[in-house]
Amino acid sequence: MDEARIARRGVGPRLWLAGGWLLLALLAAIFAPLVAPQDPLAQDLMLERLPPFWMSGAEPGYWLGTDSLGRDLLSRLIFGGRIAFIVAFAAAFAACLVGSTLGLIAGYFGGWADRIISRIVDIWMAFPPVLFAILLVAVLGTGLSSVIIAIAVIDWTRFCRVIRAEAMGQSRMDYVENARIAGYDRIGIMLREVLPNVVPSIVALLSLEMGIAVIVEAILSFVNLSISTDDPTWGGIIAEGRLSIHQAWWVLVFPLITLILTVLSFSQFGEALKARFDPVLR
Amino acid sequence: MSADCLDIRNLSAVLANGQRVLRSVSLSVQPGEVRALVGESGAGKTMIGKAVLGVLPSSVRIVEGDMLLEGEDLGRLQPKARRTLIGARTALIPQDPLTALNPSRRIGPQMTDRLVRILGWSGQRADARIRQLLDEVQIRDPDRVLKSYPHELSGGMRQRVLIAAAFAAEPRLIVADEPTTALDVTVQKQILRLITQLQREHGTAILFVTHDLGVVAKISQKVSVLYAGKVVEEADTAALFAAPQHLYTRALMAATPRYTDPFASLKPVDEAVLAGLAAEIADADQAWRPRHG
Repeated sequence: MDEARIARRGVGPRLWLAGGWLLLALLAAIFAPLVAPQDPLAQDLMLERLPPFWMSGAEPGYWLGTDSLGRDLLSRLIFGGRIAFIVAFAAAFAACLVGSTLGLIAGYFGGWADRIISRIVDIWMAFPPVLFAILLVAVLGTGLSSVIIAIAVIDWTRFCRVIRAEAMGQSRMDYVENARIAGYDRIGIMLREVLPNVVPSIVALLSLEMGIAVIVEAILSFVNLSISTDDPTWGGIIAEGRLSIHQAWWVLVFPLITLILTVLSFSQFGEALKARFDPVLR
Repeated sequence: MSADCLDIRNLSAVLANGQRVLRSVSLSVQPGEVRALVGESGAGKTMIGKAVLGVLPSSVRIVEGDMLLEGEDLGRLQPKARRTLIGARTALIPQDPLTALNPSRRIGPQMTDRLVRILGWSGQRADARIRQLLDEVQIRDPDRVLKSYPHELSGGMRQRVLIAAAFAAEPRLIVADEPTTALDVTVQKQILRLITQLQREHGTAILFVTHDLGVVAKISQKVSVLYAGKVVEEADTAALFAAPQHLYTRALMAATPRYTDPFASLKPVDEAVLAGLAAEIADADQAWRPRHG
């Protein structure tokens, strides 16, 4: 019991910091029209490359400055968060569903099911992921759903490999054998006995995957293969910022910080959640 | 019914590489009787238990012999019927009480699940039954235990829970696979006493797998001595200890440490005896062909 208490305390600040940032970013994204100080698409060449608020020459209402077309950077980041979060949730859940299901089957049943699934994973992993994503989007056409599908198609293997290994370890435990003796059918054992014990890992991976999905979406935006160019995306803003790095560094730096904080928070949040979900650590 | 509770006839099993792990094992357990299966590690005692319960690892293949559970030939049943039969009439008391309980589920549902899902009892009846069994294994605070996760209980408590679970469905046969090995000595004694007590009250037959001759003497009426997957001696427990017939049994007894002389150095089993046995088994393997399969 004492050990559990200590583990819980250690988990605290990580969970709150990471969760706090994600909640803030998520709420800002959901209520973007209310929260954003400016129209993210409004261009005003009189206001181009305004610096952030603490530097001389800053305009009130343009907290993080403007880009080379005079658009408000903060508003663009907030609206860009919408796409980032939609992609993060949808792609991560899709990848999780496919990968975890196949991983659970491969790990629990073993034998030929495992051989087939593992070979597919091996082949899949041989593709360089980002190039694979770019290729997929190029084939599917740009757009939100293509980006989500591309990320899910690439990253299900991540879930599959980890959950397979976990399920395999759990399947060797005596409680699974005991359930066999009691007369449970195999699928029942997989779902009722094995699955609950791999859920903590699934949760951690899911959160990690959301961070990865944000990065991949940013990369796709960066190479202009994501959503239509009108909607602001973090990757798109970074790509624009790169062009004006010498005149307006903030256009590159702020979206990068936002991206890094979000991805880091997702992974930390996942780790903390895993500790929470794990009955032995709870 | 006059049938044996468990009757194993000429059971042989091999590994994938053809190595024999069980060598024409025959043994029977009468209703309500405790049969000890004793041998050193690797002798195949656990393998026999797993074979009976239908959970042999996939690397082990049974090549001859029959197993009859209350007169029903397990080998002739369809897999599903066999599972149902084994599930309804047998139970396992495992060696390691930690890994035998699902770490992410509370004790209560884990215990009642089997009665409800497999035997079709009502939740209420299952709950009452589990509480009765917890009382029989002298767990005084069933509410706390039923709500606990396995890691929140001590090893002794977990083993009590598993004993209660094993007896809950009134099986005809329980396989106890070294149920006290993972526990410390003081707890071992209590657990052995509990198993004996419940076994008498419920009239359950037990196949008791152990390497500990002291435990054999305390708990069993019959004993089979196993060496390298072969039954080398079979007798009433009292008769075995009074006058062991086989050389290996005698060597095993001579190697058992005594509390009366705790500072005597530990003796290994006599090597000449083992060499003789190994030669005998090698000869038998040369001549052996599975009768079917």
